[in-house]
Amino acid sequence: MATATAPNDLQGGDAPLSFRKPSGSRTVKNALATVYVTVATVLALIPLVWVLWTVVSKGIGLVLTSTWWLQSQRGITPRREGGGAYHAIVGTLEIGLVCALIAVPLGVLGAIFLVEYARGTKASRVVSFTVDILSGIPSIVAALFVYALVITILGFGRSAIAVSLALVLLMLPVVLRSTEEMLKLVPDSLREASYALGVPKWKTILFVVIPTAFGGISTGVMLGLARVMGETAPLLILVSYAVGINFSPTSSTMASLPTMINSSRDVAPGLPGYDRTWAAALTLIIIVMLLNLVARGIARATKLKEK
Amino acid sequence: MAKRIDAKNVDIYYGAFHAVQDVSLTVEPRTVTAFIGPSGCGKSTFLRTLNRMHEVIPGAYVKGSVTLDGTDLYAQGVDPVAVRRMVGMVFQRPNPFPSMSIFDNVASGLRLNGVKNKGVLSDAVERSLKAANLWNEVKDRLGRAGMGLSGGQQQRLCIARAIAVEPQVLLMDEPCSALDPISTLAIEDLINELKEQFTVVIVTHNMQQAARVSDRTAFFNLAAQGKPGRLIEVGPTDTIFSNPTEKATEDYITGRFG
Repeated sequence: MATATAPNDLQGGDAPLSFRKPSGSRTVKNALATVYVTVATVLALIPLVWVLWTVVSKGIGLVLTSTWWLQSQRGITPRREGGGAYHAIVGTLEIGLVCALIAVPLGVLGAIFLVEYARGTKASRVVSFTVDILSGIPSIVAALFVYALVITILGFGRSAIAVSLALVLLMLPVVLRSTEEMLKLVPDSLREASYALGVPKWKTILFVVIPTAFGGISTGVMLGLARVMGETAPLLILVSYAVGINFSPTSSTMASLPTMINSSRDVAPGLPGYDRTWAAALTLIIIVMLLNLVARGIARATKLKEK
Repeated sequence: MAKRIDAKNVDIYYGAFHAVQDVSLTVEPRTVTAFIGPSGCGKSTFLRTLNRMHEVIPGAYVKGSVTLDGTDLYAQGVDPVAVRRMVGMVFQRPNPFPSMSIFDNVASGLRLNGVKNKGVLSDAVERSLKAANLWNEVKDRLGRAGMGLSGGQQQRLCIARAIAVEPQVLLMDEPCSALDPISTLAIEDLINELKEQFTVVIVTHNMQQAARVSDRTAFFNLAAQGKPGRLIEVGPTDTIFSNPTEKATEDYITGRFG
């Protein structure tokens, strides 16, 4: 050990080359650092696993029944068993879909503007800065903004569409930012290769740049969608909960999984209504997970085999 | 299928920076012309003005004239996209489109210019891959990703992609600098075959390569860093390498440069 720590060994010097194990103090530091990062990882995982375990163990019973996916809560009280979350699943998917239909084109087109047409200009810095601010908006502020604009000023009633509009404000910055980063990763050499074939810029973007970045863009869209599908504040402010099934995005009541959780959370433990809180939470997690899997499946299916 | 390029008094600027000064040069049809010279002498920049690719960089502009069989490429109303359809380009690093298969890569130029007929496309793909000496290696896996090929194969794929649109002129910007000697040899053989159909202009740092593949050689140099690059002399490759007029050319070719 004594010779291994001698400065000669590090400098080379006249001493013969040494391939011995590191000195005692370095071994100790290495062990400490390894323990530290392992413990930190485990500590970070504990709440995650705990939440997941609680939700799964308390919700799985109801989620595995067929009525859960096929029936609403119409005519069911917290003291009665039966019924399902169909009405809330429909609402969540519908609100999320309308939101994505607005936010994805806006976000992707905005990112194309920033990267392909306005890179390095003042306009792009202004837009980037605005998007950064937008991504920091609390969901309740977005909800109140839509309430003020759509309901107070324009005079429409509360509706699921209003919720979707508020969620667009939350989803747009996520989609725009992630798409922007993905488009920046596409090497300029590909754009040049396309130009050199006599392909116009818009076709280069549409058929070369976007397909190259497609996997990353779809991941960003799914992250954004996962974020907004769990939002509760816009739902509470902009649409009422309903126990029955409603497909119309313009009517004033529509159920959704977050508001279903919210409406059943103060039921006393032990009653059937109490279990539905956990089952609804688990359903939301399952839907978000399925969407992620679908996005990955699409990305994988469109990726070409190399060998 | 091959046209003559005439460049007259070409000056190239990037914003305030004067990159290339007063180049006049003729490229004969169905020949290989090599541009040689030290780094930063403007040979790649000049090459890129021959199909208006330098315009991709903001602030770049050109004075003087470049004509393709008498048609001025820089005349008012000339669409750079149309110019690039006539004058194709192969780049330093192989750059196949990662989202496309081997077939789609070669077909991309035609497809993105509106050709939809499947028979026409697959004929063009086969013809171009054969011309690029790649057909036998990839004919059984045309549906696989172009990125799965080796570096030399990728570069030949890019050449196939460039010649599939049947350009009049093919510009090559150091096409072998990222390749091993065997792949380089394959590309050089290919260039010799390509000149039967196309006018080829190649930028290279490899003196032997210029001597091996080109009919004519142009030597570019710059007086000092920050000064514009200039054309020192141009002539038949044999003459340039054995009996150059300018001392600077001789110094560069024999390795006494700088």
